[in-house]
Amino acid sequence: MKLSKESILGLIALGTFLLLALIAPGFLSSNNITSMMFQLPEFGLIALAMMVVIVTGGIDLSITYIAALSGVGAALMLTNGYGILPAIIVAIFFALACGAFNGFVISKIGVSPILVTLGTMVLFEGIILAITKGNSISGFSDGYSLIGNGYYLGLVPLSIVIFVLFAIITAILLSKTSWGRSVYMYGSNETATLFSGVKNSRVLMKVYLYASLLAAISAIIMTSRYNSVKVDLGSSYLLQSVAAAVLGGTNIHGGYGKVIGTVYAVMIFQFIRNGLNLLGFHSSLVDVVIGAILILVLAMNFFSDKFKKVAETRKAEKAA
Amino acid sequence: MSDYILQMKNISKTFPGVKALDNVELEVKKGEVHALIGENGAGKSTLIKILAGIHKPDPGAKFYFEGEEAKINKPIDATLKGVSIIYQDLSLFPNLSVAENIYIGQDSNKKPWKKINWKNIKKTAERALEELEVDIDPNTTVERLSIAQQQLVEIARALAFEAKLIVMDEPTSALSSSEVEKLYKVVDKLSSRGISIIFISHKLKELFRVSDRFTVLRDGKYVGSYQTEEIDEAKLINLMVGRDVSYEKNEKEVETGEIIFQVSNFSKQGNFKDISFSLKKGEVLGITGLVGSGRTELAQAIFGVNKPDSGELKIYGNYVQIRSSADAVKKGVAYIPEARQTQGLVLEQSIINNISLPILNRMRNKLKLIDRKSEVQLAEQYIKSLDVRPALPDLPASKLSGGNQQKVVIGKWLSAQPKILIIDEPTNGIDIGAKTEIHKLLRRLANDGIGVIMISSELPEILAVSDRVLVMRHGRISGELGIKEATQEKIMSYALNSGKKDDSSDVLHESNQVSQGV
Repeated sequence: MKLSKESILGLIALGTFLLLALIAPGFLSSNNITSMMFQLPEFGLIALAMMVVIVTGGIDLSITYIAALSGVGAALMLTNGYGILPAIIVAIFFALACGAFNGFVISKIGVSPILVTLGTMVLFEGIILAITKGNSISGFSDGYSLIGNGYYLGLVPLSIVIFVLFAIITAILLSKTSWGRSVYMYGSNETATLFSGVKNSRVLMKVYLYASLLAAISAIIMTSRYNSVKVDLGSSYLLQSVAAAVLGGTNIHGGYGKVIGTVYAVMIFQFIRNGLNLLGFHSSLVDVVIGAILILVLAMNFFSDKFKKVAETRKAEKAA
Repeated sequence: MSDYILQMKNISKTFPGVKALDNVELEVKKGEVHALIGENGAGKSTLIKILAGIHKPDPGAKFYFEGEEAKINKPIDATLKGVSIIYQDLSLFPNLSVAENIYIGQDSNKKPWKKINWKNIKKTAERALEELEVDIDPNTTVERLSIAQQQLVEIARALAFEAKLIVMDEPTSALSSSEVEKLYKVVDKLSSRGISIIFISHKLKELFRVSDRFTVLRDGKYVGSYQTEEIDEAKLINLMVGRDVSYEKNEKEVETGEIIFQVSNFSKQGNFKDISFSLKKGEVLGITGLVGSGRTELAQAIFGVNKPDSGELKIYGNYVQIRSSADAVKKGVAYIPEARQTQGLVLEQSIINNISLPILNRMRNKLKLIDRKSEVQLAEQYIKSLDVRPALPDLPASKLSGGNQQKVVIGKWLSAQPKILIIDEPTNGIDIGAKTEIHKLLRRLANDGIGVIMISSELPEILAVSDRVLVMRHGRISGELGIKEATQEKIMSYALNSGKKDDSSDVLHESNQVSQGV
């Protein structure tokens, strides 16, 4: 029997969960499980955003600053007396404006994504600092704080429901729509898609817009959960999201990547971070463990890809 | 001492599931130019890689250098025996100087902290370049050289290593005709100095020009070795494919239908100028000319990926605007590029995903989602009708042979149901067997009512498939010939110089070659 990359990762996630359930005191307690469910969505959404961009062979280094700027937008609305819905709309609008800017420079002018988003990362950070003067904005309405702290039907955290919903939407968009297919094809060979009547720049523009939309959702959850926003909102998730996407099986050169893989990777990160905390490890040691796992899995992926290629060649030769 | 610089005997190579070489032999005399010939997949490169020490042969293989048995287990073994290999995609360091490239590897035993002797490096390079009588400055960086010059640098490097046997893998594939002539002279010079050459090429004419003897491989088996002078082209093709293949000139009367496609006054600065022609239903229009005469640029302009400065298109009498390849698909124009692997296909992706790519929007169900079932059906339909082998829709396109890859590209464009199909060098790098299949297919498409425009440098192909031939020169149409009056000689005279006044459009690239071989 042959397992896909993603199912192997799923088994690893399950294994990690079971192992920590055995050795980490209180890992299985309902309190701990719920708190993990509260923590996971904000990072998970950023990781999904990063994954979609990486599938095109690009990277979005500005993604967490898009989230922060979007959070600032929501905060300004809320602290000026506007309701929850207008705040959410403004948050999404801010993020889409950032995404459109990235998408325009990358797809129309043709500058490489790493350079563009490195630039816009600093740009967006600067805009946030200009607005907030480096201070945090806090004190939102109780209603707003329910998004990140409330429960759906009194059982599951609302934020995890939002995350699952967006994970499903992302999966459907990528695997079932012509845009999603074009994203994979573009990531594999953008010249061939151009010569096949695919509107490359439109595909790319939508990628950066969609990534920024996910960043906005993440920002809404974060601001609601923390009841405040600062320039570094979610900034620690930037490189972690690249790590999660790659751990999830996304090809850093583009052309391959699945939502479920990224979700498993985010879960593994969450379990380990939480479990090691319970075991009393220092947080720096947690990073060492996560780094080690990342390298291990990447090496495994490398070898399994190699075997897969040999197997495919064999299959082709047999059939020919 | 032996007459032979190299003898390889009993060479077999089994890759998982396939026998790439079956008891092959290769014998090269001192100072001779030995051609290695065979279709794609005949095992030429596997054999060379075994000689280079990259692949290990199955047990029982024997190597003799100058009559003495030797073992080749790794690349350095071959180098020490005086074997130098010049691969098709050269293996130079583009940002190092010519001298450094020639010298590199000579000092590999030196302790890393020892100082580099730059004088010595330069002297070695100068000596090697002088021997070849080529005028290249050893201080220039390699990336600033032309492909032909880079090749000479590789040859100079082989000389610096005191190579006794130089293998050249398709050395002329990227050279212009004058550069090819120069390369031949270098080859002659090397062989007169006693250095043996193994020359791999698909161009049969070329092999008759340079080689003294040759060895033919077919399907991984040894067919034989022959003196070049005792054999002719038809016999050689017979040896390669095991059957007689020759293109018959298309002599059929054209059933002229209505005009379905019209190009008027297409111009683009530096590419082509004042191009006007029309295409009738049921007709294959051949466009030929030297490489760099603007044929591909014109085709890509019609297809919308290379924006022309001016010009109009009419399909079935209606003016159309094509501003992008997406427009072209919508308006029923398909273009199959010459660079199959980089422009034609997304190699890592499956046959299914490649075939449906131009028409993803037409594959959607009511929910605007891709309907996988009809996608698979579509792929299976074209795999069957075009006889793609292996017939595995899920297989990545990279796993197919060149001919089958081309069939997938054709299938992909037929799925878009084009009215006009432009195909650029349709059989470049494809086995002779698959070539005739593709020719027949193009004729069939034309009979079915698709307007076919075929761009090709191979004159026998142009004559075999087209009903009418346009010849381009320096970005202009320099001649038009009906198939009855067309001959290779007439086409060449239009392509090179029609004898008319010079139209001073020499802003265009200098001429390249047209291959007259099969």
